[in-house]
Amino acid sequence: MSEVLQRGNRRRRDPTHALPSVVDMERSTLVVAGAGMVARRLVEALVERDATSRWDVEVYGEEVHAPYDRVALTSYFGLSGPEELLLGDASLWDTPGVTLHTGTAVESVDAAARTVVVGGRERRYDALVLATGSYAAVPPVEGADLRGCFVYRTVDDLDALRAWVSERGEALGRPVRGAVVGGGLLGLEAAGALTTLGTDTTVVEFADRLMPVQVDAGGGEALRRLVEGLGVAVRTSTATSRVVADDAGRVTRMEFATGDPLDVDVVVFATGVRPRDELARGAGLAVHPRGGVLADAACRTSDPAVYAVGEVACVSDRVWGLVGPGYTMAEVVADRLLGGEATFADADLSTKLKLLGVDVASFGDAFGTTPDSLEVVYADPVQGLYKKLVLSDDASTLLGGVLVGDASAYGSLRPLVGHPLGGDPAAWLLPESAEGPTTGALPDAATVCSCNNVTAGTVRCAVTEQGCTDVAGVKACTKAGTSCGSCVPMVKQLLQAQLAEAGIEVGNDLCEHFSLSRAQLFDVVRVSGIRTFSELLAAHGRGRGCDVCRPVAASILASLYQEHVLDGERAALQDTNDHVMANMQKDGTYSVVPRIPGGEVTPEGLIVIGQVAQDFGLYTKITGGQRIDLFGARIEQLPAIWSRLVDAGFESGHAYGKSLRTVKSCVGSTWCRFGVQDSVGLAVALELRYRGLRSPHKIKLGVSGCARECAEARGKDVGVIATDQGWNMYVGGNGGFTPRHAQLFAEDLTTEQLVRAIDRFLMYYVRTADRLQRTAPWVESVEGGIDAIRAVVLDDSLGIAADLDAAMDAHVGGYRDEWAATLEDPEKLRKFASFVNAPDVADPDLAYVPERGQKRPATAEERGVVIGGPTLPVRTAGGPL
Amino acid sequence: MTTFLDAPDAPPTLVPVCRLDDLHPDRGAAALVDGRQVALFRLADTDEVRAVSHRDPFTGANVIARGLVGSRGDVPIIVSPLHKQAFDLRTGRCLDDPDVSLDTYTVDVVDGVVHVGVPQTG
Repeated sequence: MSEVLQRGNRRRRDPTHALPSVVDMERSTLVVAGAGMVARRLVEALVERDATSRWDVEVYGEEVHAPYDRVALTSYFGLSGPEELLLGDASLWDTPGVTLHTGTAVESVDAAARTVVVGGRERRYDALVLATGSYAAVPPVEGADLRGCFVYRTVDDLDALRAWVSERGEALGRPVRGAVVGGGLLGLEAAGALTTLGTDTTVVEFADRLMPVQVDAGGGEALRRLVEGLGVAVRTSTATSRVVADDAGRVTRMEFATGDPLDVDVVVFATGVRPRDELARGAGLAVHPRGGVLADAACRTSDPAVYAVGEVACVSDRVWGLVGPGYTMAEVVADRLLGGEATFADADLSTKLKLLGVDVASFGDAFGTTPDSLEVVYADPVQGLYKKLVLSDDASTLLGGVLVGDASAYGSLRPLVGHPLGGDPAAWLLPESAEGPTTGALPDAATVCSCNNVTAGTVRCAVTEQGCTDVAGVKACTKAGTSCGSCVPMVKQLLQAQLAEAGIEVGNDLCEHFSLSRAQLFDVVRVSGIRTFSELLAAHGRGRGCDVCRPVAASILASLYQEHVLDGERAALQDTNDHVMANMQKDGTYSVVPRIPGGEVTPEGLIVIGQVAQDFGLYTKITGGQRIDLFGARIEQLPAIWSRLVDAGFESGHAYGKSLRTVKSCVGSTWCRFGVQDSVGLAVALELRYRGLRSPHKIKLGVSGCARECAEARGKDVGVIATDQGWNMYVGGNGGFTPRHAQLFAEDLTTEQLVRAIDRFLMYYVRTADRLQRTAPWVESVEGGIDAIRAVVLDDSLGIAADLDAAMDAHVGGYRDEWAATLEDPEKLRKFASFVNAPDVADPDLAYVPERGQKRPATAEERGVVIGGPTLPVRTAGGPL
Repeated sequence: MTTFLDAPDAPPTLVPVCRLDDLHPDRGAAALVDGRQVALFRLADTDEVRAVSHRDPFTGANVIARGLVGSRGDVPIIVSPLHKQAFDLRTGRCLDDPDVSLDTYTVDVVDGVVHVGVPQTG
């Protein structure tokens, strides 16, 4: 049952793999029992602080999934699979010294011996962290264990619920009737999930209002109206007395202490959670009478080698049921394991949620329990709005509040708790001014991101001292806004205020010659019809241009007009790679990459490439994009090399361009026994369609013939994965410096629909992205993100689809191989002269040494001893010059 | 115009290299001048020709002529195609590292023929 996802670095104890540099270091073993969100944060904190140089970290999780975002569980029904809920960067689990065992629970703990039992085997630990979380509590109601009764806690719970609703719906031939017991936060989430599944839903709550823990009577009433408006029935002040089975043992009816019974086909219990403290009980550790492992401010239990974090821990005499405090505990333990003194102070229990599409937020002293506190309330039952601020007795300091129906002010208000509100409280509550006053008044100590405990001062510091100039930078630097995201507007405001104060202009000017962004410049060229750089510079720029704006102008002109890259004035705009249509290497020679669409190549084609490499003495290597790179070609050799390649039917692979590189594919249904669609055929067609398309950055595509995803399509700007019905399309994947998984864009498209969607996605990107902005950050930067792009591409929300289609059709129709065209034009061939007064003379300074049967440039040291020569002994091919 | 402190006696020898029309405006060309690799640039706006050493001092590769021409403020520049350092086309000075510079050569265009001055040796 145990599946080791990633094997950590255990070589130290294996003498055959002994690494001398670490062999003398004393290493310790940390066992983490539980693999949920808080366990992940703990590992993340340890890795960030390089604790893995001292600790081997073993994480054991009962679920078969790697840690996922349980807070976003309800969104699971809208996703394609559990992997989309996974948290953060999966490479965390590749870190040497970290091992994640999924589907493997810690079975018992022997605190005295410092061992745990997992998979029937004993493991020794130096420190143990209990992060087992909680389980969904089912009330002791008769029939609560019948078939058709569920809880709402894990991905597996949701899978089971979905399967049941789907099966009953088909069997009954009518909408399934569902009930949720519990009208709190989790209950409303569950009601939302049932509604998504098409169930007629009733929420049953014991208290007199919905979300009794978070909102007051007024907020509860507004919430009830909003929820009922969405077609969900609500019964408050209702105690469930029993659940009744039909003949087959399935739920069929609920009975209550008061009121009529309710006919149901499915029941979800969402009546709270209980700490999973059984390991601690078994080990004799102190637990709270109502559950939870007792831990001190260092999160240490009654055994000093055992810590408890998250929902299983009882710190400051209570269990903290939110992820924010759990994250704080993880940070505290990480610090303690490294010898620090961090402590857990009482956490912020503020919440903001969108339940069933309804905004609900509660923060600080939401119930006005502070003596003499004042309440300012704005209620609009017609609109379903309820907003309340709790203020100190002099009406100056904000103590807390409740927002129902419109929680847009939450991000600004929550950090102000405990601080002067500044101005008229009503200004925060009236619909027109939800943003309230600005962030200027926010003290440095105020917490902006409660999930990650980031203060306003930390965000400001990220700008002033660490040079962050955008939200993405601040997120990466501080973690603010990386969990629930509710504070992002606040972070953005702080960032902008700080940048303005520091006198940093937040422009996206291309360079000193153009006060325009790439997207603006693109529009200028498109609308004005300007076709040369000098016209563009005269009309909209200044100076001579530079290595930034010249290639951008060349790219824009190439995207709009299908003219040759070396025609006329354009020749002076291209970087050397685009200029000679090859990639410059460290010694000034070039590499040559012929296009091999979809990675499909004939034996004859391979022979030609091999023969060319041999004749010109080129170093050869297979690229990551399923083609062949030939290195060491001198500038004056390029036409002769390409003449041979073009004659054999090859064309430019644009490896040098900010343009389509490759469409990687697996072999697909034509050969593979698992393939469901012809991935190679589609990849070839896509590569031929988009070849030569100039873009803000390089573009890579991938096509996989089945869900096994052998083409790694989700690491590409556009990834296509075959389904039984057609193709799923993913966008925004990236390898490189910032790896990203592509996000699902559309499902089960026909080939025709798919091609149109890719056409529009790529053309929209080409038109609106910044210079050197790849698709992943572009998708993030577009207002409204991937949803907005989907609306443009699939629903034509901006009314530009016909225009994008026409632009792509013009590209496809106007494509011509740049190398074939160059070889036909003597004027263009003159650009490949090595020296203007000695066109065929090789650079005499080039020197190579042999390595593994091929050549490579000599290093500076080797040049001293190597007899340099422009080529290794090779047959010299006559140049056409 | 250029003062050679340690070579006061001999003015550079002007060697004919190519026709002005052989040089594409704002695009460099390498030339072999008396055994030296020289990068020539014909500036589009003023139509003057500048000559600097072709060797990139940061990498040792002979690539400067294949960089992009441009300006930084009022300074006409050439940007190395390998690691993008900018050099002042008038003085050879690297704008990104004051300790590094390109050699500069005098240029004279006579009857449409570009001549490059090489310091006399011996």
